[in-house]
Amino acid sequence: MKDIIRGKAFVLGNDIDTDQIIPAKYLSYDPSNPEEKKYFGKYALFGVPEGQSGLPSGDIRFVSEGYSSEYNIIIGGRNFGCGSSREHAPFAIEVAGGEVVIAESFARIFFRNCVNGGYIVPYEAVEKLNDKVETGDDLEIDLTTDTVKNLTKNEEYSLNPLGDIKAILEAGDVFEYAKKMGI
Amino acid sequence: MGMNITEKIMAKAAGKDSVKAGDNIWVNVNVLMTHDVCGPGTIGIFKDKFGADAKVFDKENVVIIPDHYIFTEDKRAHRNIDILTDFAKEQDIPHYYQPGTDTYMGVCHVTLPEKGHVRPGEIILGTDSHTCTHGALGAFATGVGNTDAAFALGTGKTWLKVPETIKFILNGTMSDTMMAKDLILHMIGEIGFDGATYNAMEFAGEAVDAMTIEDRMTICNMAIEAGGKSGIIAADAKAEAYVKERTDVPYTLFQSDEDADYKAVYTFNVNDLEPTVAAPSAPDKRRAISTVIGTELTRSYIGSCTGGKISDFAAAAQILNNQTVGIDTFIVPSTTFVEKQMNEYKIGDKTYMQIFKDAGCRIGPPSCSACLGGPDDTFGRTHGQEIVVSTTNRNFPGRMGSMQAQVYLASPYVAAASAITGKLTDPAPYLQGK
Repeated sequence: MKDIIRGKAFVLGNDIDTDQIIPAKYLSYDPSNPEEKKYFGKYALFGVPEGQSGLPSGDIRFVSEGYSSEYNIIIGGRNFGCGSSREHAPFAIEVAGGEVVIAESFARIFFRNCVNGGYIVPYEAVEKLNDKVETGDDLEIDLTTDTVKNLTKNEEYSLNPLGDIKAILEAGDVFEYAKKMGI
Repeated sequence: MGMNITEKIMAKAAGKDSVKAGDNIWVNVNVLMTHDVCGPGTIGIFKDKFGADAKVFDKENVVIIPDHYIFTEDKRAHRNIDILTDFAKEQDIPHYYQPGTDTYMGVCHVTLPEKGHVRPGEIILGTDSHTCTHGALGAFATGVGNTDAAFALGTGKTWLKVPETIKFILNGTMSDTMMAKDLILHMIGEIGFDGATYNAMEFAGEAVDAMTIEDRMTICNMAIEAGGKSGIIAADAKAEAYVKERTDVPYTLFQSDEDADYKAVYTFNVNDLEPTVAAPSAPDKRRAISTVIGTELTRSYIGSCTGGKISDFAAAAQILNNQTVGIDTFIVPSTTFVEKQMNEYKIGDKTYMQIFKDAGCRIGPPSCSACLGGPDDTFGRTHGQEIVVSTTNRNFPGRMGSMQAQVYLASPYVAAASAITGKLTDPAPYLQGK
């Protein structure tokens, strides 16, 4: 796991469910098939209603063309990743180039899938950030101090420490973690 | 301090005398269930991590139930089922409910208990968020992703954080026009659809005691719609009878201690409630039926793990008997077994199936079908600006296919009565004298 992650923010609202992250229509692609994997990148966050996609203006696609996004840090609101257990959701964000999701709160299966699959870092923000950060802002996350600098707005925000899950993210995924734990 | 039922099940599975909320523990998994949408990815990770020749932890307790994308021309969907078929054969898995054969059942959460794979006191993982359904028989059951499932497939273990439990006590007697679906929509509306995130939801009280096992499944099925990790109801004599009819596997009964710890306790008097719907586009947008009567609809949909069990069709048939639907109405049995029962069970001299056909309903083959949209050719899928009343579990934007469609979640009574009028309708007048 990196100590510093820098990049552009993509901002979303509350209750971003897994159907918005990767619509069910695309679940017939097999994530373990190298040829089909890229489609999860192409359709990542494809189900977010247009006006809600890329706040505050809306109408910005996470992936505007091809299979990857120019944004690597997602800022959400409450209950990010609610809905189904589909691991395709954090996987799609990772395939598109996403590295971190910062939200006020997460739905638990999504959160668990982020960590156990080692796809993206799910960070809880101390305060509501999706009305402070704008899509396209340049952010720098310091994972050693659990803070985010908004380089565009010259602001700094605190994140809740990752706690118990940090060991799994540092190991790479739950398989590597279990090996270390002697399971 | 005593333990509640969820803590007791987890302690046993971890080989500990006691656990408390917040503990991270490794537990032994009793049953792992997967389906066609998440099975191929799970198998891919399993082979990658444990090797091409690896064997599953316990072939008797790996249950594979394809149900999502079965009746479609989508080639990748067929390929995914082939991956499951090859894996079941290679691993010699006896409980594979294979499409296109007479072992095919359909919706996994109706099949799993029906075929005796759910036993009280067990830890059940499934690669589907509605795995929480199986708490209805006193098991700890939760949905997981492919990586967790692959890990459990190889090791028979998983790590879990012991959840805090919220208790819901349902006192009183439901009115004859209400169903379990109304109660769970009411509870989700009360706490919000992230109101139980990370928590177990334990249901008890005289209204729960009075419920059939299928009604309890409806309640636990939607725990995830409040963000719950699991839903659970202590197994009673009714649950034991249900299980014993279906399996000889021994099981353990647990009850919550009197002094068990709860994060919160909610008490409802169900006599005070009326049929309830969730308005577009979230399951917690609770509306009492009396406040939304007359809302225009274009479609009614009765099916899924939540609302496609035989008791759900019995309820719909009661209302649709000798009636004609006024809007497109889709009937999707959850499983082939439910479909068979619909062809046998009668009101008067007409089978449920005949009642639905005579009323002008369209009847699809057993599967998850349009509950989650799916491929474009999925039976009942929305493609435009449909306004649907549905017995399913989610109404997020795009959930049933079209981003422009709106979905009202409701009981089979409400969905059937509304199918007749083309508007959200109180089922009461259609149930009088029945």
